Amino acid sequence: MLARFRDDLSKHYKFALYSAKAQLKAEVAGSYLNWIWWILQPFCFMIIYAIVFGVFFNAKEQFFTAFIFIGITVWDFYNRNVKQSVRLVKNNKSIVSKVYIPKFILIVAKMFVNGFKMLISFGIVVFLMIVLRVPVTLNVFWAIPLLIDLWLLTFGCMCYLTHFGVFVEDLSNVTDIFLRFVFYMTGIMYSIQHRIGEDYPTIAFILEKLNPVAYVIAALRDCLIYSKTPDLLWILLWFIFSVFFSMGGIAIIYKNENSYAKVI
Amino acid sequence: MDEKNYSIEVENLHIRYRNIKKMSIKQQLFGKKQNKNNYFEAVRGVSFKVEKGKILGIIGKNGSGKSTMLRAIAGVFNADEGTIDLHGNSVSLMAIGVGFQKELTGRENIMLSGMVLGFDEKTIQEKSSEIIEFAELGDFIDMPVSTYSSGMHSKLAFAITAILETDIMLVDEVLSVGDQKFKKKSYKKMKELIQDENRTVVIVSHNISTLKELCNQVMWMHDGKIKMLGDTEEVLTKYEEFMS
Repeated sequence: MLARFRDDLSKHYKFALYSAKAQLKAEVAGSYLNWIWWILQPFCFMIIYAIVFGVFFNAKEQFFTAFIFIGITVWDFYNRNVKQSVRLVKNNKSIVSKVYIPKFILIVAKMFVNGFKMLISFGIVVFLMIVLRVPVTLNVFWAIPLLIDLWLLTFGCMCYLTHFGVFVEDLSNVTDIFLRFVFYMTGIMYSIQHRIGEDYPTIAFILEKLNPVAYVIAALRDCLIYSKTPDLLWILLWFIFSVFFSMGGIAIIYKNENSYAKVI
Repeated sequence: MDEKNYSIEVENLHIRYRNIKKMSIKQQLFGKKQNKNNYFEAVRGVSFKVEKGKILGIIGKNGSGKSTMLRAIAGVFNADEGTIDLHGNSVSLMAIGVGFQKELTGRENIMLSGMVLGFDEKTIQEKSSEIIEFAELGDFIDMPVSTYSSGMHSKLAFAITAILETDIMLVDEVLSVGDQKFKKKSYKKMKELIQDENRTVVIVSHNISTLKELCNQVMWMHDGKIKMLGDTEEVLTKYEEFMS
């Protein structure tokens, strides 16, 4: 299976790249500010959240604007990908019902689209770090394995949802509710350690370590703005989990992908 | 020993639409389990071979399994039973406008559509000027497809499919698109592609005169099975008698 995956990926990754480029272009086609929206939109969200949580709710986290923006960046990437994967096959009906294309390539293309947006958001994080004079150490390089974990985990989730999204009619409603629940449990607007950990350390441990998205967000904040080395054991554990999780997802897609055209 | 050079070998092909009905989560969790034998078999034990360079026509009433089988040969569907051996030949189902994005220009859509059809970037680039010339779109080629008339859209889509050639071509109804002039041109191009002696072609059509004109042999499908396979004239005559 892995050899087939490798061959399919090398044969079709250019299509995934080109398709992502096309999707990005299509998204902004006809809008007045065009690609500037990719920067403007997250920037505006950051200002809104910073005002609401920083001023009205009096958040005390150091470098709060960068703190919140890292959370939004990671969450947006995960949330968009997972949500969009449920209807991915259906939305590509014109392709899926006429030609054979490995279906995970549609997932990869979608991840390129949202990955590009995440890259822009990280550009804003760097800008904020400069403006806020965040001390930078070599710990920032831990962001690379953390983003690999995030990428693999998201890919795995997308594989399962892409598959079940073909057969289960109301999966998108359930996914929306689930993601909203996870959003509040993930510590995007607040620090799990500070808000919950002081009174309920066990709950904080469960929320931060056993929720991989929360772990990636907290660890990225640690290495990017707080000059701390993240917990390497958890980086490794989530990496191993995500690899096997993704392999399971690829296997389920390979096994069933040629039936998708019969259903959509 | 059979020493003919076959491009397509289909053996005991079964394609079923089974256990894959869409379900709500409520049905998934609390509904009755679906009966495993509750399926519709679109293709039932079909076997045939097509020699390299030959043209096989498939005819049959609606719902006889023709298009399902064609899509299985193209790899869109999996065979539930039986095998399809294409002996390593490249295959394409002539599908108009696959993967078109209307916000992109015609030129960009050539690349996108070509990639969906499985061609590499280099081949598409090499063929793109031929595609543009055939499509007769002039300066519109660098305009978004959303600005095209339906005729222009069809012309571009046809040109992409017709110019990017494969070893085996699967045709679901012979295509001729656009205005009268382009219709003639596209039909001529289709004939040219189909009659290329190095290309193996399978054509599904309801049009008896088209099949008579183009095919070496014809297969008549009825309720998912082969009712008759052989000489074009003979099969089509029997089919016409049956349908009248």
